[in-house]
Amino acid sequence: MTTTYDDLLFEISKPGRIGYSLPESSIDQTDLTELVPDHLIREEPAALPELSELQVMRHYTGLSNKNFGIETGFYPLGSCTMKYNPKINEDIARYPGFAQIHPLQPEKTAQGALEMMYRLEENLKEVTGMDAISLQPAAGAQGEWAGLLIFKAYHHANGEGDTRRKILVPDSAHGTNPASAIVAGYDVVEIKSNREGRVGVEALKEAVGPDTAGLMLTNPNTLGLFEVDIVEIAQIVHEAGGLLYYDGANANAILGKSTPGEMGFDVVHLNLHKTFSTPHGGGGPGSGPIGVKEYLKDFMPAPRIEKEDDDYSLSYTHPQSIGRVKGYYGNFGVNVRAYSYIRSMGAEGLQQVSEDAVLHANYLKARLEPYYDTPYKDHCKHEFVLSGMRQKKLGVRTLDIAKRLLDYGFYAPTVYFPLIVEECLMIEPTETEAKEQLDAFADALIAIAKDAEDNPDMVTGAPYTKAVKRLDEVTAARKPIVVYQKD
Amino acid sequence: MTKQHRYLPTTEQDRKDMLDTIGVSSIKELFSDIPESTRATKEKAIELEEALSEQSLTKHMKELASKNTTTETHAYFLGAGTYDHYSPSIVNHVLLRSEFMTAYTPYQPEASQGELQALFEFQTMMCELTGMDVANSSLYDGFTSLGEACNLATSATKKQDVLYSKALHPQAKEVIQTYAYGMEYSVKEVGLNGTATDLDALKSSITDETAAVIIQYPNFFGTIEDLKEIKGLLEDSKGVLIVMANPLALALLESPGKLGADIVVGDTQPFGLPMSYGGPHCGYFAVKKKYMRKVPSRIVGQTVDKDGKRGFVMTLQTREQHIRREKATSNMSSNQALTALGSSVFLAAVGKVGLQKMAQQNINHAHYVKKELENKGMTVISESNFFNEFVVKLKRPLNEVTNILLDNQIIGGYDVSNELNEENAMLLCVTEKRTREEMDKLVSILTVEGK
Repeated sequence: MTTTYDDLLFEISKPGRIGYSLPESSIDQTDLTELVPDHLIREEPAALPELSELQVMRHYTGLSNKNFGIETGFYPLGSCTMKYNPKINEDIARYPGFAQIHPLQPEKTAQGALEMMYRLEENLKEVTGMDAISLQPAAGAQGEWAGLLIFKAYHHANGEGDTRRKILVPDSAHGTNPASAIVAGYDVVEIKSNREGRVGVEALKEAVGPDTAGLMLTNPNTLGLFEVDIVEIAQIVHEAGGLLYYDGANANAILGKSTPGEMGFDVVHLNLHKTFSTPHGGGGPGSGPIGVKEYLKDFMPAPRIEKEDDDYSLSYTHPQSIGRVKGYYGNFGVNVRAYSYIRSMGAEGLQQVSEDAVLHANYLKARLEPYYDTPYKDHCKHEFVLSGMRQKKLGVRTLDIAKRLLDYGFYAPTVYFPLIVEECLMIEPTETEAKEQLDAFADALIAIAKDAEDNPDMVTGAPYTKAVKRLDEVTAARKPIVVYQKD
Repeated sequence: MTKQHRYLPTTEQDRKDMLDTIGVSSIKELFSDIPESTRATKEKAIELEEALSEQSLTKHMKELASKNTTTETHAYFLGAGTYDHYSPSIVNHVLLRSEFMTAYTPYQPEASQGELQALFEFQTMMCELTGMDVANSSLYDGFTSLGEACNLATSATKKQDVLYSKALHPQAKEVIQTYAYGMEYSVKEVGLNGTATDLDALKSSITDETAAVIIQYPNFFGTIEDLKEIKGLLEDSKGVLIVMANPLALALLESPGKLGADIVVGDTQPFGLPMSYGGPHCGYFAVKKKYMRKVPSRIVGQTVDKDGKRGFVMTLQTREQHIRREKATSNMSSNQALTALGSSVFLAAVGKVGLQKMAQQNINHAHYVKKELENKGMTVISESNFFNEFVVKLKRPLNEVTNILLDNQIIGGYDVSNELNEENAMLLCVTEKRTREEMDKLVSILTVEGK
């Protein structure tokens, strides 16, 4: 993992080097000076690097050696579902029939693409228990936003758009939930979790009213706990005239076990880059399809895919639609991978995924319980939270524990989230890790807990084995350097 | 179920051992918190087709892929926001490195230096091209970047009207209308003069309430708008100039920053990213320094570690949803980091001189086709101030011509008849990839069939 390669592209550049071979062209030159006034012609060329092909490869290989992916090691990042990303799906997404097609080419020349999208939609309907799917949202947060705009359009259609202005969000929710509500034009009302880490029915009853547009819920929630009162919660929100949004970030826990549709949700999104194995790419691209119940179909983003006999087409005329949320039809290439994954697993396979994911999380929790505070005792679903309060008293913070884990060859769990747990470590092992791997990780966390007692300075000094030591994030924010500056 | 799946390492024995440690007797017990009425049962189990082996999967996916017409067999003269360009082989090789591909957002910078540095370099190159001070590390695509720019502009100016040129990509218009529906501001269209923005109309549309003016550069019809003149129209206004630019054209065109743009957005798909039926592409977002703390999504910054060694971190995170929740500048979490990396590799390989050459080839090819069409008596609606796209007027309905082209292994241009209020107007795109033979073939078919 460690490497001494530290140069920036701009530092290894030398005028005259090239790393490309453009197609030959015998077409006469047309001078830009003949086409536009001089002030629209670039005076100073952009200072892009000049490198040979091997230099470029070595640069990025050097960088990749300073990066940690799932194939590097265990990646227990809570709420991120860092499962194995099957290699075959990378091959498939690169077939020219998927990668080398233009989104605006005639529909009859893209029947295979439309069929794949149609089939994926059908599969996702089944998995979510919803009646219609749109593949357009590019990621979970965009799915949330699209879903909340559907709430808005629905309330407007019912003449309640101006009165139903509030979205309820539990205090354990992902940060995207309240942020998405704001960009959908809503006010946010935070619902306090109860002592068991769940949405309290009483608190919810007090919060709902004629101004409620809806409730956003992750189930299981970010503490890894299933909202056991979900049926009653749905009833309370619906009776108040609101709608229910399912944040699918944690859907890996319930595949084949239950569906958001059965639980009473009206709109859901799934993160195909979490539950359905597409690579996270260091932050994206993801894919965040949304699903809705029948009565919300007309509000879905357009275009929608239609099938007649064996012909697939895109339909654009949906006057009540919230409109378009993204270019074209979503992150198609990501959706190809997710469809390939679903076809590789089948229904039984997906159910096994959730069973193993939940088993692994509970196993890790059981192994770690003696060494770390576990604020919630119930069995968890696919992830769980620990609190580093015991270690904090010894002068070792959760951040230090996270950094020390890097030295053991693991990535760190999600830390300091959810916000309602002090010194939180949120651990999601996923189903694709072998028991030996889980044990090695538990052993490391136990060793760190012991070091926190015996040798806290060693833990707070971590990491020691990475390309850099602890980075100064405060100065980075105070005096931002966000582009390369010579010397 | 006891059938072992290739992606799942846990054996029956493992399951027994783990259940023992947990202290429960069955997996079922771990799911007993799901209320019975919502639980899947045999009767309401999810139904999917049988799981496929790797061989059957590839067969099935190849069958689907084979139903699509691709650049392997056809010459594409279709652009309209997504382009068939040259991409060096090494782009894909770098993207396949799993340390990049399978990583998450770099929450632990010490173990994510490779990704962070690559994104820092991406930001730098986008600032170079656009002439701006600060760029983020990508957004979903060019159109959503534009939507975010509108949100920034209305929030920064506290004004409610966004003006956009009719020469903006039709899907970009749709996306900003959705953004406006969310944040409840208004968007208004300014008409055309030929294939460019009507500057008189724009001038009279700008009011005290104008938050932003959006201009595409080159615009949707390929025409190069005069940003300097447009910036001049905003002189007495608080409104900001948002430019949505094709970054390839910026190799030769003056940077929007120099011409007065406040926010520059667009898509780096022309930089090495496959068309992939519309995504994943890569939005970029660049601003003048004064808007730095209002930028949406991730920004990478340079810092030092405790030994004083240079390193990189995600910075200015108090803008972001995971810290600020409802006070964030945007709801974005995932971005398009991997495609941003792809475009960076592309730029590193093609480089300073190569990018200018490539852009020049686009101009040469597009203008060659335009001149050939005109020489053979066709009407070209666009004036000569275009980059690699222009509009030609046909005498027959477009779909008929498109079908004839298709029979000749050509994907024809995009129908802009509605946008231009002209019958049978086709937006043609000619990139560096088109050969003289392909161009001549297009011209000869259009001059026979489109006349």
